[in-house]
Amino acid sequence: MANFGNFCLLFALCLSVYALLASLVGASQKQERIVRSAERAVYASTVGITLALLTLLFLLLANDFSSSHVANSSNRALPIFYKIAAIWGAHDGSMLLWCFFTSLLCAVVVYQNRLRYRDMMPYVLAVLMFNLSFFLFLNLFLSNPFTQLVQVFSNGSIQSFIPADGQGLNPLLQHWAMVIHPPILYLGFIGFVVPFAFAFAALATKQLGNTWIRTTRRWTLMTWLLLGIGIVLGGKWAYVVLGWGGYWAWDPVENSSLMPWLVGTAFLHSVIVQERRGMFKIWNMILIALTYLLGIFGTFITRSGIVDSVHAFAASNLGWFFVYFMAIVLAASLYLIYDRRSYLRSERRLDSVLSRESAFLFNNLVLVVSCFAVLWGTMFPVLSEHIQGSKITVGPPFFDGINIPIGLLLLFLTGVGPLFAWHKTSLKSLKKALFWPAIFAAVACGGLLAGGMRNFYSIVCLTLCAFVLTAIIEEFFKGAKVRIRARGESFPLAVTNLTLKNKRRYGGYIVHVGIALMFAGLSGNAFNRETTGQMTIGEEMPVGEYVLKLSGISEGETANYFYGRASMEAYKNGRLVRTLEPENRIFKTGNRQSTTTVALHSTLKEDLYVVYSGSAADSKHQIMAHMNPLVFWVWFGSGVMFFGAIVTLLPDRSRQ
Amino acid sequence: MAPRIKLLVGGAVIVAALAWLGFVGFEESKAYYITVDEYHSLKGEIGDKTFRLAGDVVEGSIDRSKPQMEFLIASSETAIKVRYVGSDIIPDTFTDGSKALVEGTIAPDGTFQARNIQAKCASKYEAEYEQRNSS
Repeated sequence: MANFGNFCLLFALCLSVYALLASLVGASQKQERIVRSAERAVYASTVGITLALLTLLFLLLANDFSSSHVANSSNRALPIFYKIAAIWGAHDGSMLLWCFFTSLLCAVVVYQNRLRYRDMMPYVLAVLMFNLSFFLFLNLFLSNPFTQLVQVFSNGSIQSFIPADGQGLNPLLQHWAMVIHPPILYLGFIGFVVPFAFAFAALATKQLGNTWIRTTRRWTLMTWLLLGIGIVLGGKWAYVVLGWGGYWAWDPVENSSLMPWLVGTAFLHSVIVQERRGMFKIWNMILIALTYLLGIFGTFITRSGIVDSVHAFAASNLGWFFVYFMAIVLAASLYLIYDRRSYLRSERRLDSVLSRESAFLFNNLVLVVSCFAVLWGTMFPVLSEHIQGSKITVGPPFFDGINIPIGLLLLFLTGVGPLFAWHKTSLKSLKKALFWPAIFAAVACGGLLAGGMRNFYSIVCLTLCAFVLTAIIEEFFKGAKVRIRARGESFPLAVTNLTLKNKRRYGGYIVHVGIALMFAGLSGNAFNRETTGQMTIGEEMPVGEYVLKLSGISEGETANYFYGRASMEAYKNGRLVRTLEPENRIFKTGNRQSTTTVALHSTLKEDLYVVYSGSAADSKHQIMAHMNPLVFWVWFGSGVMFFGAIVTLLPDRSRQ
Repeated sequence: MAPRIKLLVGGAVIVAALAWLGFVGFEESKAYYITVDEYHSLKGEIGDKTFRLAGDVVEGSIDRSKPQMEFLIASSETAIKVRYVGSDIIPDTFTDGSKALVEGTIAPDGTFQARNIQAKCASKYEAEYEQRNSS
C-alpha cells in the first residue's frame, strides 16, 4: 500500500513538472494544443495526489504501523476522528495535505478559466505548477509520509519492522480546534498563490489593467478569510489547551501566520485604490508577491526548524530548498516588475492629504511596518547568530511595544478612512461626518475615566472602538434612511437590502465592526490577573470577584488516557455560579505525556479560567486560576469579522 | 506644501515614532539564547543579565519535592541545575528528556533561577523510533 502511495506521488510530480514545461512551451510557441495538454496534466496530477492522500488515510485507518507516519502519529485506541486528523499530525503527512490542497486549487483555477484569459493562463499555470512541483518534490524525497520502518541488525542486515502499537497522536493535538486548525490555515497560506499567479501572468503578458485583480478578488478574500479563521482557531486552541491563560504569545510560528495576513490585508485595501483611481500599481504587485512569499516563508519557519518554537515540527533538512525557492520567486517577480514598470505608471497623482487614497496609503504603511517589525523580531535570533555569533532573542515587550500603537492607529483609520471622500474631502463635510463619532468617543472616554480605568492604551483603545462603531453605524443609518424615504421599507429590511446591494462596501463595514469588537476584547489583556494555590479539599481561594472552592478530586480512565479531575465551585457574591472541572490527563501512549484540560466560565465581562496541574504527595492540589476580562469579545469580534468577509464574498445577482 | 510632501512627512513621523517604540521594547526584552555548553564560554559576558538557556531535561533529575521545583538541564557535555521560581503552570510537554528552554538569571550559588519554562516534546516521538530502527 505504501508503495502505491509513493507511486501516486511520483506520478503527480512528473505530471506537474510536465505541466510546468508544457505551459511555458505552449506560451512561447503560441500553441493552444500544448497548453491544453498541460491543463489536462494538472487534472491528472490532482487525481494522483488525491489517491496518495487516500492511501495514507487507509494506512491510518488500517493501523498499519509498518509505515513510520502511522506509527508516529496514531495508535490502536485513538478515536477514528483523530485517526483522520493524524494525517496532518506530523510534518510529512501534513505536507501531503498541503500538496493536496494546492493541487485542488490548481485544478479549480484551470477549470474556471478553461474558456477565459487564454493568453494569461499558460503563465498562471506555470506559476501554480512551479509551486506544486516544489512541494511535491519535498514531499516525495525529503519528507515522505510513506516511509517504512526498518530494523538494522548489528550484522548489517535490514528487516522491516512493525511495532505492536503506534506512538499515538500528540495529546496536545487531540482537540477539535487543532483538528480543523491546520487544514484551514494551510488553505489560508496556499490560496495566495492564485492572485500571485495571475499578477505574474499579467506582468508576463503586459496586461496590466485591473483584470488580474478583479478575477482573483474572491480568491484573495477567501484566502484572507481562511487565514484569519486559522489564526483565531490557533489562538483558541492555545487558550483552551495549553493552559497558560492566554491566546497569543508572539511565538515564531504564530508570527509566521500573522505576517502574510497583515500584508494580505494591506493588499486587499490597496487594490481598491487601483480599481477606483488607477494608482498604486507597482505597490500592489509588490504586496501580492510579498503576501505569497510570506506564506511560503511561514511554512519554511514551521518546517525547517530554523527558529525554535513550541509549535514547530521537529527540525528537518528542508531549509535550504525553501531558501532557493523563495529566492527564485522573489528574483523573478522583482525582475518582471522592474521590466514592466512603464506599464505600471500611476494614472493619477495624489491630490490631497484628506482623501480616501491617503487613508489607504497610511493603512498600507502601518500594516507593512507592523509586518516588518514582526519579521524582525522573529528572525533576530537567526540574524544575530550569523552576524554577531551569539543568538539574541526578543520577547513580547518588543512586539507589543510596536504593535499596540500600530493597532490603535489602524483602528483609528478604520473609523476615519471611510469618512474621507475619494480625491479630496472638504473640512466642512469631514466635520459633519465626525460629529457623532467624536461625541460617542468622548462619552466613552469620560465614562472609562470616571469608572476608574487608568491604563493608557486600554482607554485609547476602547475610546477608538466607540468612535469606529459609531462611525460605521452612522453609515448604515444614512444608507437605510435613503431607502426608507424612497421605498418605504422597514428599517431592518432597508439595512439588509442596503448591504446586499453593495456587498463590498457594507460587508467591509461589518468586517470593521468585527475588528473594533476584537480590539475591545484585546484591551482586556491589560487587566488579566492570576492566582496559584496549593489547595486542600474544602479550601477556598479568591480570584477577582469570584471565590473558588475545591470540593473534591476524582480519578478515572478512558481508552486513551487516565485523568484526575478537580471539582471547583465558583462563587460570586456568595452565590454558586458554576462548578468547574479542570482535568489533568496522562496519555497511555507515547511517552505518557500529561496534559491539562482547562475549565472555563466565560461571560461577556470576563473569563474565569481554571487549571488543575496535579497533586503533590501531601494531598495538596495545585490549582491555577486566571481572571481574563473581555476575552469573549475577541472570539465574538472575529466571528463578526468572518461574517462580514462572507458577505463580501456572496455572489452578485446577475443584472438584467 | 504639495500633498505628496505632506504625506511623506506624515509617514516619516509615524515610522520614526514606531521605530523608536520598537527600539525601546527591543532593548527591554532582548536576551541571549544559548545552550548549556555555550554558557561556560559566555559566562563573563552574561553576568547577572537575563538570558534563555536551551537544553535537554536530564532523565530522572526532576525534583518536585521541594517548594520550588528543581531539575538539571544539559547539552552534550555539561549540565546546569535549574530552580523554577516562576508562578506559571509548568507546560504539559515538560517531562524527563524533553527539550526545554528556560528564561532567567544565574544565582550566586550557580543555579539557574528560571522564571519561565518552555518545553518541546514532539521531536522526542520521532527520536525514539530512530533509535530503535538503528539498534
